[in-house]
Amino acid sequence: MKKGKDLFTENLGKKPREPISNTNLLMTITICTFIGMYMIAMLVWGGGFLNPQQFLDLFNNNAFLVIIACGLTMIMISGGIDISGGGVTALVTMACVVYLEDHGGTVAGSILLALGIGLFFGLLHGILVAYLEIQPFIVTLAGMFFARGMVTIVSIAPRTASHEAFLNLKQMRITIPGLGYYGKTGIFIPAQIELGVVIALIVVIAVAIILKWTRFGRNLYAVGGNSHSALTLGINVKRTKFYAYLLAGILSGIGGYVYLLHTGAGDAANATQAEMQAIASNIIGGTLLTGGVGNVIGTLFGMLSLKTITNIVIASGLTKPYYQSITTGLMLCFFILLQSVILAVREKGAIGLLPEWLRPGKKDKNQS
Amino acid sequence: MGSLIKKLTRSQLTIPLFALFLLVVYNLIRDPEFFSIAIATNNDGNTVLTGNLISILNGASAVAILSIGMTLITSSCKGQDISVAAVAAIAGSVFVSVLRSNEITIPVLLLAFLFSCVVSVLFSLFNGVLVAIFKIQPMIATLILFSAGRSIAYWINGGATPTVSSPLITSIGGFIPGIPIPTPIIIMVVFLILITLVLRLTNLGLYTQVVGINEGTAHLNGISPVWIKLTAFIISGVCVATAGCITVCRIGLINHETLLLDAEMDVILSVAIGGNALSGGKFNIYGSVIGAYIIQALTVTLYAMKVPSAAVKAYKAIVIIVIVVFSSPVVKDFVIRMYKKLFKKQPEDEVQAKAA
Amino acid sequence: MQNDIILSMRNISKSFPGVRALQNVGFTLRKGEIHALMGENGAGKSTLIKVLTGVYPKDSGQVFLNTDNSLKEINVKSPYEAQNLGISTVYQEITLCPNLTVAENMFIGRGSYQTVNWRIMKKKAAEILEKLNIPVRATQQLDTCSIAMQQMVAIARAVDMDCKVLILDEPTSSLDEQEVEKLFSLKRDLKSRGVGIIFITHFLEQVYEICDRITVLRNGELVGEYEIKDLPRVQLISKMMGKDLEDVSALQKRKPVGGETEGTPVYEAAGLSSIECSNAFDFKIGKGEVNGFTGLLGSGRSESVRAIFAADRITGGKIRINEKDVKIKKPKDAMKHGIGYLPEDRKRDGIVEDLSVRENIILALQVMKGFFRPFSRAEAEAFADEYIKLLGIKTPSMDTPIKSLSGGNQQKVILARWLLTNPQYLILDEPTRGIDVGTKVEIQKLVLKLAEKGVSITFISSEIEEMLRTCSRLIVMRDRKIVGELKGEEMTQDNIMHTIAGEAV
Repeated sequence: MKKGKDLFTENLGKKPREPISNTNLLMTITICTFIGMYMIAMLVWGGGFLNPQQFLDLFNNNAFLVIIACGLTMIMISGGIDISGGGVTALVTMACVVYLEDHGGTVAGSILLALGIGLFFGLLHGILVAYLEIQPFIVTLAGMFFARGMVTIVSIAPRTASHEAFLNLKQMRITIPGLGYYGKTGIFIPAQIELGVVIALIVVIAVAIILKWTRFGRNLYAVGGNSHSALTLGINVKRTKFYAYLLAGILSGIGGYVYLLHTGAGDAANATQAEMQAIASNIIGGTLLTGGVGNVIGTLFGMLSLKTITNIVIASGLTKPYYQSITTGLMLCFFILLQSVILAVREKGAIGLLPEWLRPGKKDKNQS
Repeated sequence: MGSLIKKLTRSQLTIPLFALFLLVVYNLIRDPEFFSIAIATNNDGNTVLTGNLISILNGASAVAILSIGMTLITSSCKGQDISVAAVAAIAGSVFVSVLRSNEITIPVLLLAFLFSCVVSVLFSLFNGVLVAIFKIQPMIATLILFSAGRSIAYWINGGATPTVSSPLITSIGGFIPGIPIPTPIIIMVVFLILITLVLRLTNLGLYTQVVGINEGTAHLNGISPVWIKLTAFIISGVCVATAGCITVCRIGLINHETLLLDAEMDVILSVAIGGNALSGGKFNIYGSVIGAYIIQALTVTLYAMKVPSAAVKAYKAIVIIVIVVFSSPVVKDFVIRMYKKLFKKQPEDEVQAKAA
Repeated sequence: MQNDIILSMRNISKSFPGVRALQNVGFTLRKGEIHALMGENGAGKSTLIKVLTGVYPKDSGQVFLNTDNSLKEINVKSPYEAQNLGISTVYQEITLCPNLTVAENMFIGRGSYQTVNWRIMKKKAAEILEKLNIPVRATQQLDTCSIAMQQMVAIARAVDMDCKVLILDEPTSSLDEQEVEKLFSLKRDLKSRGVGIIFITHFLEQVYEICDRITVLRNGELVGEYEIKDLPRVQLISKMMGKDLEDVSALQKRKPVGGETEGTPVYEAAGLSSIECSNAFDFKIGKGEVNGFTGLLGSGRSESVRAIFAADRITGGKIRINEKDVKIKKPKDAMKHGIGYLPEDRKRDGIVEDLSVRENIILALQVMKGFFRPFSRAEAEAFADEYIKLLGIKTPSMDTPIKSLSGGNQQKVILARWLLTNPQYLILDEPTRGIDVGTKVEIQKLVLKLAEKGVSITFISSEIEEMLRTCSRLIVMRDRKIVGELKGEEMTQDNIMHTIAGEAV
């Protein structure tokens, strides 16, 4: 095999191709699965799946989840975990609605409030995890309890926003030119996305850029890969972790506001289990809980896969809610096992089982 | 004196016990009658003990039982099982469905419990296989049942929340006629004695810690990490079934959504508050159990202070943060350094360092 | 003369609570020299390095670094600061990030960039790698490189940071000879560029092969600084160990014991193979025999003994113990048949860090006794006490966590663990690696004593001299195959080398 490869490179005069990294491999699998799943859904069930609006609704309904999951991706790459996302989202929705309704707040003020709440949680988690070295699971669990408890302290009853300027913002829709569907009356209804989706996509792109091209982003990978090494390489590990939690906190704040823009109501039951869905999206997207591996694009597709499978279950007639979570569980199980098997095979070098492009790079030991 | 302080700073039980102590003192100052135990007669005509102390002990039993299994899983697998409450809902559903299809007698009750044990051990083993054989992080592996478990329970219940009622059920969830102590407390004590016997009479404790600290060594010394991890999940499965059944008996119905809601978080907290590292290794079961009582004592205290039940979580979070901050190694080191600065002589340290 | 000195440490003292780790130690490094820092474990080598690189603050003393041709006092507070001053360290354990590319590992955490330009980074990295003649690609992920290559990447990083002082802390412990050679040629190259290199190692041959000068520390004090040609090997050892000189030479002269007791094989394997050791091999060992597996690192010697102990999954072979057919499929079977195995990697496979010395000692016997029959506390303490005394394990108490002991004492604890099981056949895979000379000698003596008592022993060591001293039969391996067997008179260093290399003698 080695000879063949050398010949190949000589003939073409190209650099040898690098074997695909774990991050990219897992991400590719997720993207392929999603596309495959959607294609099959379009062919088998047609109907809603052929409607571009339904596709865009995946984004409309879950923009906040994407934002929270992006923050979580950064934390998971650094080797941590954050389970406070859902709680912070709920707190932000409630606090902003109460502020807008009862205290005569402005839209700008409510946005600042949302960011402030996110910042507070980010700071709290960051300090406790990075500087006091407390287990992130416990810290963010306490964060989640605190946020969920605060929601009811702010208001026990669910509230709906009726603030005019806010409602205008909430109703804002962006039409995608050329996309749409014909309604029952035969009128062409253009496909629309909400403002939150735009924010979510900006966040995804921004986080992707941060992870790939900034010092902070690369430091995250280094810290997650081996924090001891990162320290001796001159990386400020504590600060890197701190910023990861801080940014994730702010993103939770933004996510909360986006949630509010979607539903327009504050409720203690908002975004229940969003943290677990965010973790699931990350896992399906190929971010490992062990740290050092992951990608925010994968997370986006992880979320899309997770939600598409739910749509498929509904489309196939299993409308009882419990079928959806059972299939979600099954899908998670499938991805987790798949990743575990692929990584184990790559590590152990049972190479014969894998196609060429999946094989890990050969150790250089015998090259001389 | 010095050696006492040294022992105290080393023992992982110091901080949880101190926290519990503070809670007790605070309550006694706030209300000297807080822990007084009264004798009353309940609706069924039994003489029973009541009072805050009893309700703390009673209320914490499910979480305390769960925390025993969780401690073993944490120690050996270096991670937590977040599906315990969901699996408890499944076990409870099985329990109820067996009870509802038969007339409730003691053998049927035992059979139902046995059934729910088997089912919950099987589900727990599913997690165990993912963790031990496929080497998936426990939290990720158990995320599957965390998201699907309650739905499976719902499916077993046929999409309803069936009730069971019988004097037998009440005597398990409440009081056995003639015994003034709530039955869940008795079950908890029995469980604690059982696990103590298991730890004394077998090498489970040693093996679990060895696997949790260094799997390579465990393997080369003839301990099978896979079996130890699976054992932890099996024991946890039994704990889960017991906790699920107790809770079902207490409320007399199975609600897949609210049964032991968020209990997994409380259980993990108990383990952490008890001074056990969530990253595995050394453990102390009693620490976790004390942790469970701290959480419940805190909750009862907050209720007594007229904090609305939904807001309890927020206050709980603050206290938890304070406890974990004080148990964090960074803060501990700082405190020890300050202590040494204040009291300069430290003959003991010198002896120790020289010997090393 | 002044300009020649690149680093000078004067009167450095450092104490930890109760221990004086360094007392008035001085150290001088010249431009373009390779300077060995020698001493037993606990002599203060690593403390000195850690003071230099800012891991520990020093109590007193001064450090001077040559900047712009004049010595200036520096006060380093963190490894990061040390790096920026031109003091770089390459540790035995790779301190790079395995999940990043080679290029990233060379540039991450340096300078004041905020964004990463991948193209320029790759180009620069490729240039440096080419300049230093390191055969890795800049775009390769680090964990696809061998350990030696990873170390060279670490060195390349240091070189590119304009390092004046390069500290190599036991870099060769896990390398085979070819790799060591590659590393040495890189070192010579750096030396010619005027970099001062501080080299810490336990391998005396390597010191004499490459170093210019030696500084010896003992018990936190400076013994002296010597030109390499003025200090013969035996003297170096005596300087490192103090009074134990006679002991060493006595041991060196001793002839291998344990005759060729071919008559009663304790352990016999035919066609044994495991998933790590796919070439089936035959092997036997007699009562009271000491034999050894030798070969380069990666030649399969560890894998072979692991197969004997069934540490990896066994794929085939017949095993006879005391001339009876037995099945050994997992380590517990091997233990039941009286086989003990001291693993190569103490930290990964040997110790249980957080548990006490007592629990570490009784572990194997406890497992053999059974899951349902734990030792009582008194029994365990009696066992631990006996062996702590027998092997002279230095520990504050038997309840001390093993991780706070020194490497040599940890190794003794693991030895105690296996001696306690009263094995008839003991496999020792690199029992002397990374521990100080004194303990090394003790362990070799113990091996010989056990053999006299009738215990069969397989001994593996990277230091051929040690094997020559203890073994009566050597099995030579190359490329995961047994290529020869040497006995008695045939066992000379020359012969072994030739057999390993595969040339006719």
